[in-house]
Amino acid sequence: MIRLERRASFPKWLGWVIPIASIAAALVAGALLILVSGNDPLDTYSRILDRAFASGEALSATLIAATPLLFTGLAAAAAFKMGVFNIGGQGQFVIGTVTAAWTGLMWGDSLGKAVIPLMILAGVLGGALWAAIAGVLRAWLNTNEIITTLMLNYIAANLASWLIFNSRSYWRLLSGSGLQFPQGKRLPEGSDWPDLSLGSLVLPCGLLIGTAVAVGCWALYRHTRFGFEVSIISDSPEAAAYAGMRTKRKVLAVIALSGGLAGLGGAADVGNFRHVLDPKGLNQSGYGYAGIVIAALARLNPIAVVFVAVLMGGLSNAGRSLQGPDFPAGLVGTLQGMVLFFALGGEVLARYRIRRTVRIPEGVTV
Amino acid sequence: MTGITKQFSGVLANDDVSFDVRAGEVHALLGENGAGKSTLSNVLSGLYHPDAGTIHIAGRRVELSSPRDAIACGIGMVHQHFHLVPTFTVAENIVLGEKRPFRRKETEERIRALGEEFGLPVDPAAKVWQLSVGEQQRVEILKALERQATVLILDEPTAVLTPQESETLFATLRAMARAGRSVVFISHKLDEVMAVSDRVTVLRDGRNVGTVETATTSPRELANLMVGREVVFSADDHANRPVIDRERVVLRTVDLHADDSRGRPAVRGVDLSVCAGEIVAVCGVSGNGQRELAETICGTRARTSGEVFIDGVATTGRDPREAIEMGVAHIPEDRLHTGLAASASVEHNLVLKSYRRPPISKGPLLQHRAIRKNAQELIERFGIKTPDAHTSTRLLSGGNVQKVLLARELSSDPHVLVAASPTRGLDVGAIETVRGLLLDAARRGMGVLLITEDLEEAISLSDRIVVMFAGRLAGSVDRDNADITEIGLLMGGNQ
Repeated sequence: MIRLERRASFPKWLGWVIPIASIAAALVAGALLILVSGNDPLDTYSRILDRAFASGEALSATLIAATPLLFTGLAAAAAFKMGVFNIGGQGQFVIGTVTAAWTGLMWGDSLGKAVIPLMILAGVLGGALWAAIAGVLRAWLNTNEIITTLMLNYIAANLASWLIFNSRSYWRLLSGSGLQFPQGKRLPEGSDWPDLSLGSLVLPCGLLIGTAVAVGCWALYRHTRFGFEVSIISDSPEAAAYAGMRTKRKVLAVIALSGGLAGLGGAADVGNFRHVLDPKGLNQSGYGYAGIVIAALARLNPIAVVFVAVLMGGLSNAGRSLQGPDFPAGLVGTLQGMVLFFALGGEVLARYRIRRTVRIPEGVTV
Repeated sequence: MTGITKQFSGVLANDDVSFDVRAGEVHALLGENGAGKSTLSNVLSGLYHPDAGTIHIAGRRVELSSPRDAIACGIGMVHQHFHLVPTFTVAENIVLGEKRPFRRKETEERIRALGEEFGLPVDPAAKVWQLSVGEQQRVEILKALERQATVLILDEPTAVLTPQESETLFATLRAMARAGRSVVFISHKLDEVMAVSDRVTVLRDGRNVGTVETATTSPRELANLMVGREVVFSADDHANRPVIDRERVVLRTVDLHADDSRGRPAVRGVDLSVCAGEIVAVCGVSGNGQRELAETICGTRARTSGEVFIDGVATTGRDPREAIEMGVAHIPEDRLHTGLAASASVEHNLVLKSYRRPPISKGPLLQHRAIRKNAQELIERFGIKTPDAHTSTRLLSGGNVQKVLLARELSSDPHVLVAASPTRGLDVGAIETVRGLLLDAARRGMGVLLITEDLEEAISLSDRIVVMFAGRLAGSVDRDNADITEIGLLMGGNQ
């Protein structure tokens, strides 16, 4: 017989072992699936590895795919740390692209590269203010933030679509091919974010900023009064209020911080990669939701978010480039789903331990 | 049970404990908080697996690896915190998890009959949320009986009951024992153990220090076994009383009014003053505004009118932080969830209020080294028993939880200490420590406002007793002229 028994405490090493074991288990289960579909698992995995990480070009493409995930992952982790469930990373990301694109379009020509800090600021502010709507509702009216942030995602998605498809907005291209097919205006090339090239490996500027921000988040939560207050509030809001902490302001601050991180991701996306407000692409990307998965896999640790984002970016990059007649199209998505599934299973093992028990046969006296 | 050993992260909760329960007896497990009573009962009810030792039921060795196994072996557990579904009826709760089909009429009849048999009257069709705490406990007991429990374990069953309800419970337990079942009664209250049990097993530091016949022992002997030394029952020590500085009024309220959480007036015009070095006890039947009074003084509850002065300075009463900074320390009633962040570490709980200022933080930055140093000092000074400073506070025993709270509050050198039921739920040894700390606080010149329902505690500790009734102060008695009957009458609203 195998039983689950509750653990009295949580050993530190488990925090590392569980995500790694989850991913390994997902690969094993995925291998069975590939075998059933008539392919060779080892061959498939080596091709994924090859396309995701093996060469400078592959790794560069992976890092591009990882950059938006890094920001939405950090956004989710920052909020979940306090038990505030910001599901609105997607919408905050979209608003971040809208505000950053506007800034780039407005001053990209006149300011050149100096517009980049402005775009970052615009993205952060856009995302933060968008999230703050849900934050104010949660802090002062006790509205469930899961529902409000989720609803705000739809509003943000429709707003971005409207700007390009249903209006003659500042973001829309109103000349040339834009007259036939609705599309956004290309940001002035002067405002394109620079990349750091190391031989064949290209590190996107957004990824470097994101990594620095991850370290900043870690330090914020570990080494500041703010982080201390967040950890107490997540544990017991009553105790926090009793100790004189301003819990409502802190809820708002954390949601805004989370939204700001997602908005910064939006700024990086538009400045670094798309260079245009592309509502269709954004709405199909699912970055915000992937960020929740990444935060969960990283156990809300901002530094771990960086690695998980690169891993997940690698999977989706490989999936995109390997898709074809000899490669099952849904395989990568299935693998990603399995990683999450096993990670959640791993959470159970974090809280419970497995015990083998021996049954004593009936009627035996010892 | 023979040689039961259970270890938690290096701490032995049970160390080679053996005891036996006979059919038809009430067997008390007595011990201080943290002595290992709950661990032992959790082993017996299949929640924990022992690291060593065996369990025999009716002569047969059993392996209990889940509560289901325990139920199958006839062990029924009534936890301190009930496990009932509030929106279900009594009958539904009782048969919840059973595999046979549910026939409402038949089940309700069966439960009614069972209740009458054991003196546990409860309406099987009532929804659980409508029941009083005492009735809910009856449902838990019926649940165990319905599952043919021959051994019933009750973990501190009286903690949530009124004295009258406790009496009824004791009668039921004795009736069950007479019917041939066995009852394991877990408690740290001596008088209850004396009243209800046939035999007593005393646990100390995870070890069985003796099993005695109740009829041949005395409360004092049990207390000494429990604590392991002679216990001083009263803090009544005239020579060493704190000196009261009548010139310095550290806490004064003037015509204070406040509402309770449902918006009804709870504090209705209280004028109160506490001098430096004075201990004033506020007595009253629970629900007469004492709790709200304490919270209003500490700023965690908004006042509707009136004034509060701390060491002569008026407060606005809008913010708990203001009260903290003016020197008001507060031991709230709900220690583990209001006074402390339960899952946070001991060292973090010890700086829960001082983290805003140097040396614990400099500017926006926390100083982890200062936090650790503060924890080491306080753990040593107040004798807090914890595996280390990083341990979650909720893993400590009740007495040590209260020590963490007191250590933090007293180390800030406040002018006023407001303590709400600071010894409730603690065992003899911890009560002694907490009372000693309160006296110490007064000796160091603090004014102590002690909210308590325990009249003996009020008389032995305080210089003055004020009685609160229906939100007002019904009277004030000096310690030297204190008369329990008179105070009791005042508490009941008789002038």
